[in-house]
Amino acid sequence: MSKAYLAVLIIMVVSVATAVIIVALSHFVSPFRPTPAKSAAYESGMTPLTDARERFSVKFYLVAILFIVFDIETIFLIPWGVQFRALGLFGFVEMLVFMGVLLVGFVYIWKKGALQWD
Amino acid sequence: MNDLVTNFPLAQLLWWLFAALAVGGALGTITRRNPVASLLFLVLTFFSLAAIYVLLGAHFIAAVQVIVYAGAILVLFLFVIMLLNLGHDYASDLRGGLWIVAAFGAAGLIGFAIWRAFRTTNAVLETGAGVHLDAQVDTLNAVGAIAQPLFQRFLVPFELTSILLLIAIIGAVLLAKRRV
Repeated sequence: MSKAYLAVLIIMVVSVATAVIIVALSHFVSPFRPTPAKSAAYESGMTPLTDARERFSVKFYLVAILFIVFDIETIFLIPWGVQFRALGLFGFVEMLVFMGVLLVGFVYIWKKGALQWD
Repeated sequence: MNDLVTNFPLAQLLWWLFAALAVGGALGTITRRNPVASLLFLVLTFFSLAAIYVLLGAHFIAAVQVIVYAGAILVLFLFVIMLLNLGHDYASDLRGGLWIVAAFGAAGLIGFAIWRAFRTTNAVLETGAGVHLDAQVDTLNAVGAIAQPLFQRFLVPFELTSILLLIAIIGAVLLAKRRV
């Protein structure tokens, strides 16, 4: 089992090393001669109008938290699915109750129009 | 503790490496002025914790750690940072002398938690619960060792989790939606 993680470890080391090498190379090797035009944020050839750091709409937050809630629901489905046969009818009814409660939440956000970008 | 950690020197080395990375990431999270830099240090801490879970033999928990914490929860933190309108100057929150009291209080609490953790770890090692868990992982596989107690013995906490998630949904809609 632990040997299977060797590949994960190798890919982590290689990806971190690649990122570090690329950043370090461009920092040390390339000449650094900034001009105002070079330092400006690239906006598809347009002159930037305002600062990029402005407040975002709270609607993004709503989408993020709804994503997390249903992400966690899915996480609970994985162990249940793996042990589906061992848990039998008891586990099936148990999961139906769990999904039923969350379905109430899903119907609620659907009816309230929380998924609409108004 | 898991056999892997006690018998295999490389695993022990990796444990120290990831433990150091987790602590370093946590320190970076609370010392950076730039909130996005803090967040990236937090990613480092979460990944290191996932690696420590792997070394402990808790493979499913490690996967969940990466998917839920490093994936979803950090996205939420990023959105919160975007909502805050922080601007460019990051003024210190540590005004007045009260923070010294808070720091010593937090240090005392952490020290107490570490002391308790060491005491319980020794007790757990004496009962052989770690070996018992390894046997469970061998017979039921890594996911089954979580699923069997979760869906049988801890039925009520599991069902209560759905209520908790429902509260999160309704609370978020009430807070963020202009007209409910």
